[in-house]
Amino acid sequence: MSAATTPTPQKLRTRKPLTVAAVAKNLGALVLAVVFVFPVYWMFSSSLKPQHEIMTKDPVFVFTPTFENYKTATGVDLFWTYVTNSLTVTIGAVLLALVVALAASFAIARLKFKGRKGIVLIVMMAQMAPWEVMVIAMYMISRENDLLNSIPMLTLIYFVMVLPFTIWTLRGFIAAVPVELEEAAQIDGCTRGQAFRKVIFPLLAPGLMSTSLFGFITAWNEFAMILMLNKDKESQTLTLWLTQFQTAFGSDWGATMAASTLFALPVLVVFLFLQRKAVGGMTAGAVKG
Amino acid sequence: MTVDSQGTATAGPQDAPGRAAGKSQTPPPSPGPKEVLQPPRGRRSLPSGVLPYLLVAPALLSMAVLLLYPLIRNVILSFQQLNRKEFITRETVWTGFDNYTELLGDSDFWTVVVRSVVFTAVNVALIMAIGTGIGLLLNRLGKKMRLVLSLALMFAWAMPIVASVTVFRWLFDEQFGVVNWLMRTLGFSGYDQHNWFETGFSTLVIVLILLVWGSVPFVALNMYAGLTTIGSELYEAAKMDGASGWRTFWAVVFPNLRSFFMITTFLEIIWIFKAFAQVYAMNLGGPDRGSETLPVFAYIEGVGQFHYGVAAAISILTIVMLIAVMSFYFRLILKEEEEL
Repeated sequence: MSAATTPTPQKLRTRKPLTVAAVAKNLGALVLAVVFVFPVYWMFSSSLKPQHEIMTKDPVFVFTPTFENYKTATGVDLFWTYVTNSLTVTIGAVLLALVVALAASFAIARLKFKGRKGIVLIVMMAQMAPWEVMVIAMYMISRENDLLNSIPMLTLIYFVMVLPFTIWTLRGFIAAVPVELEEAAQIDGCTRGQAFRKVIFPLLAPGLMSTSLFGFITAWNEFAMILMLNKDKESQTLTLWLTQFQTAFGSDWGATMAASTLFALPVLVVFLFLQRKAVGGMTAGAVKG
Repeated sequence: MTVDSQGTATAGPQDAPGRAAGKSQTPPPSPGPKEVLQPPRGRRSLPSGVLPYLLVAPALLSMAVLLLYPLIRNVILSFQQLNRKEFITRETVWTGFDNYTELLGDSDFWTVVVRSVVFTAVNVALIMAIGTGIGLLLNRLGKKMRLVLSLALMFAWAMPIVASVTVFRWLFDEQFGVVNWLMRTLGFSGYDQHNWFETGFSTLVIVLILLVWGSVPFVALNMYAGLTTIGSELYEAAKMDGASGWRTFWAVVFPNLRSFFMITTFLEIIWIFKAFAQVYAMNLGGPDRGSETLPVFAYIEGVGQFHYGVAAAISILTIVMLIAVMSFYFRLILKEEEEL
C-alpha cells in the first residue's frame, strides 16, 4: 500500500518553497507518515475501544476509552508467569552477553595477539547466523539433554544470539577511548585491571547502555526458537502468549490488541529513546564518513 | 530487525563494516557516546601473553557450544532418517544422501524454493526503491515535516515482529478489518467480507506488505543519514551543470552512497530470505501450505510432518543458499575495511 503513495523526489534542494512541488512533497510526506504510523495507531486505539465499537463494519474513530480489554488480556491464566519468563530470559541473556563481550571486546580492541583477526572474522560471521533455520537441530540437542521447556537453556541461546553484536559494538566503544588515558592511569600507579575499571569502564557506560538495550530488543523479538523449544505453557514467554491469543480468544480483537500493545510498549519506548544511536550506528558502519 | 528485525536490533550487522576495520590503523570514530571527546588514537599494542586468550575464551566457547555445535548437528541430522518411529524410539538410522535426493527430486521443494526466491526478490526491490525514495524525500523536507515523517518511520521500525503480525491480522480481518472498510469506502465492490488469507499467494502479499512496512524505515532513515554526509556543493555543482534530478541521483548520490546501497541490499536479502516469524505467525504457512517459504517449510516438515531428517536437510540447503549471498556481503565488508 505504501508503494502506491511513494513520490519519487527527483530534484535535490533545487526549488524555492511554496511552489506546487513544495506542496506536493509535504503532502506526500504527510500521507507516508499516516501510512507508516497507522498500524501502530490502530493497535493502540483498538485496544482502548469497548467491545461493541470494535465489532462493527464501519470503524469508529471517536470513542470513550476503556481499559476493559487490558483486564481481559492480563487476566489470562499464567500471564504473570509469561511476564516473569520474558524478563528472565531477556535480561539474563543481555547481562551474560555484556560480561562475556566486555572481556572479549577489550582483548580485541586493546591487546595484540595471534589469531586476533580470525576472532574478529568469527564474530562477524556469528552475527549473521541463521538461527531461524537452526531450530530443528537445537530441538534435538535440547531434547537429548532434557533441556526442552527450560528457561535457562533459552536464556543461553538468546545470550549467544546477542553476543556477537554486543562484542562488535563494545569493541567500537572501547577502541574510541584514547589509549593515553589508560596509560596515564597506569603511570599514576594503577594496575592494568584498575586502569580498565576506573578509566575505561566509566567512559563506556553509555555504550553499555545502548548495546544492552539493542540486545534486549533482539531477545524480546525472538520467535522461532521459543516456538520450537518451549511447548509447555509454564515455560512460555509473552511472545507465544501473544501469538496464541487469537486462537484462545477467538475474535476478541480488543483484548488481542491490548495484548499487542502491552507486548510492544517496552520496545517502542526503548527504541524511541535509542533512535539516534540506531541510525548513527548504521552510518558509521555502512556509509563511510 | 527487521527486521529482524528484522527488525530492530538488526541494527547490529551494519556496525560491522566500518568498525570492522582498525586493525592497526585508526578506527573510525564511534557514533555512540558523546562523552568520548577526542577522536581515537592508534592502538598501541602491548605484549600480553595468555591474557587475551583468557579474555576471549568464554565468548568463543559459548559460540562453539551453542552455535557451531548445533550447525554441525544440523548437518549430521540431515543424513539420518528421523521420522515418527525413530523420533520416539530414539534410534539413529543413517540414510546417507537420501534426504537430499528425495528433496531435490521433489517438485514441492522446488516450488518453495522458487517462491522464496521470488518473494525475497520482490520484497528487497520494493524495500530498496521505496526506502531510497523516502530517504531522498526526507532530505528535501522542511524541519517540521521531516520530524513528523521520521517519527512515523520510527514507530514502524520499532514495532516488535510478533506484535506487528498480530496487528496486520486485525487490519486485514475478514469481518471487521479496517482494510475491507477502506476498500468499500473507496468504492470497490466485493469487499464486504473479503478473506485476505484465502490463498497462499494473497497471504504472502500481506506478509510482503508487512515486511516492506517494517523494513523501509531502516533503509529510509539510514539513507537520509547518508545523504547528509554528502556536501551540498556537489548538488550545487550538478545544478549549475543543468543536471536533471534523475541525473543528479545517478551522478552524485548513488556513487557517494554506493557501498551503503550494496551492503543494505545484501543485508535485506539475507533478512528477508530467512524471515520466519512474519511468515509463520501470519497464517502458519497456510492455507494448504501455500505460503511456506524455506524456513517455514523446514519447520513444518519437521514439527508438523514428523520428518526431522528431511527438515534438517532443508535447513542445510537454506543455509547453503544464505552462505552464497553472505559471501558477497562479506566480500563487500572486507573490501570496505581495506579502504578505510
